[in-house]
Amino acid sequence: MIYMDNAATTPMSETAKRVFLDTADRFWGNPSSLHTSGQVAAEQLFAARQRIAARINADPREITFTSGGSEADNQALLTGATLGSRKGKKHIVSTKFEHHAILHALKRLEKQGYEVTLVDVNADGVVRPEDVAAAIREDTALVSVMFANNEVGTVQPIAEIGAICREKGVLFHTDAVQAAGHLPIDVKAMNIDMLSLSAHKFHGPKGVGVLYARRGVFLTNLIEGGAQERGKRAGTENLPGIASMAAALDEACEHMQRDGAYMTALRDRLIEGLRQIPHSKLNGDPVKRLPGNVNFCFEGIEGESLLLLLDDRGIAASSGSACTSGSLDPSHVLLAMGIPHEVAHGSLRLTLSPEITEADIDKTVRDVTEVVAYLRDISPVWEELEKGVRQHVIQ
Amino acid sequence: MLYSEKVFDHFRNPRNLGKIEDADGIGEVGNAKCGDIMKMYLKISDGIITDVKFNTFGCGSAIATSSMATEMIKGKSVADALTLSNQAVVEALDGLPAHKIHCSVLAEEAVKAAVKDYYDKNGIAYDPEQFKENDCEGCEK
Repeated sequence: MIYMDNAATTPMSETAKRVFLDTADRFWGNPSSLHTSGQVAAEQLFAARQRIAARINADPREITFTSGGSEADNQALLTGATLGSRKGKKHIVSTKFEHHAILHALKRLEKQGYEVTLVDVNADGVVRPEDVAAAIREDTALVSVMFANNEVGTVQPIAEIGAICREKGVLFHTDAVQAAGHLPIDVKAMNIDMLSLSAHKFHGPKGVGVLYARRGVFLTNLIEGGAQERGKRAGTENLPGIASMAAALDEACEHMQRDGAYMTALRDRLIEGLRQIPHSKLNGDPVKRLPGNVNFCFEGIEGESLLLLLDDRGIAASSGSACTSGSLDPSHVLLAMGIPHEVAHGSLRLTLSPEITEADIDKTVRDVTEVVAYLRDISPVWEELEKGVRQHVIQ
Repeated sequence: MLYSEKVFDHFRNPRNLGKIEDADGIGEVGNAKCGDIMKMYLKISDGIITDVKFNTFGCGSAIATSSMATEMIKGKSVADALTLSNQAVVEALDGLPAHKIHCSVLAEEAVKAAVKDYYDKNGIAYDPEQFKENDCEGCEK
């Protein structure tokens, strides 16, 4: 199988697996226990916290372990909202193409009386810092902008937005789930107050993530209970997961330059190959994007059938079509970028890993080209486009 | 699995795929904004559907329901074809996920639209109540 859905999840690396099992085997004690088996586990927990903190230029005390990116996002937004409301600030700025962990959490805050402004993104899937600046008001409690988009892979001007927020004295959170382990992150240089990351996006285990919160940003609890995580996240720590995440992040960061350059070359080869398909379009900025992300729209076809037929040929991909989301609307990300519904239905996301080879890329280009041609051949929409009854959106 | 074996079979090996150039009735339903359009072609002689073909833009279940619907009406009388229900298509496919049921509705409507076209072209009288169009309200929310 050619696995090209690494933005959905990644397989655990050999190191991550080894550390996971080894930790489960040797450090099964409860880090809150005072006896030796608890204390050796507590040492492992602290070591993991230190290593992860170092990778984003944070202090270990600024790291809170969570069950993953969604929990971290939820807690960050709730924290920003709670801290703001104490000062009478009940306005939050975010963007239209955030992950649903952000958008749905914001919906809930709206029901609780907060006001939310979702900034537009441009046609290339990039947020303009000046738009964020313009959206910030006297009563803005929090700005949340993702580091890199999960569907189109576009990398956002986080340092610039961070600087704007710091200057205006507004808390800044970034969902860095797609970026961590793939792009350099420096929370100090980028003026990031809160940041979410998730282990399984960089070859770590599922069910574990991090919420970074700058010292002085007092987290609001989502889960009440014991005093774990400085009292900010109750529940006995998932130590095998946490230690394995630390190992995976170390590994990803150590190889970031090499793997990034390798995947960027493959990505561009894939983009070049898919561009040869008539009436196809790369979604998102061709340069300001994650090393492994390719996202295309093909006119006249629907994404789910495309990805099922690719699966038959051993290629695992994803799509932003409505049929794959379980709703009637296609990807909110593509719609936010101004892509019409009928075209957004025909989207395909291919996300690479360092395991992918040039031969895989060439096979994928051939297979996508053939499957798109077949689906167009049986598509009444394509027939109308070709006859001129319906106008092409992608030239 | 998302789909039953039968759905996968009809998706991967669609029956009666294609067009009929001199069709006696053509029906097209759905809209591109919603993500599925079905176009059905009928060849009718002495009130019997002697041939049927389809083209579909849509997801796996849209292609599978079109394929199954064509199989269920081929060789049947026009009157029988009009009794084809979306539930019958779903059952023949061993079920569909809840959010895909609308695909089977489209398949039923595509058959009806093709028959209506045949009636219109041949000046055959019918009860318009039989051919109520789906308002596709889901997409216009």
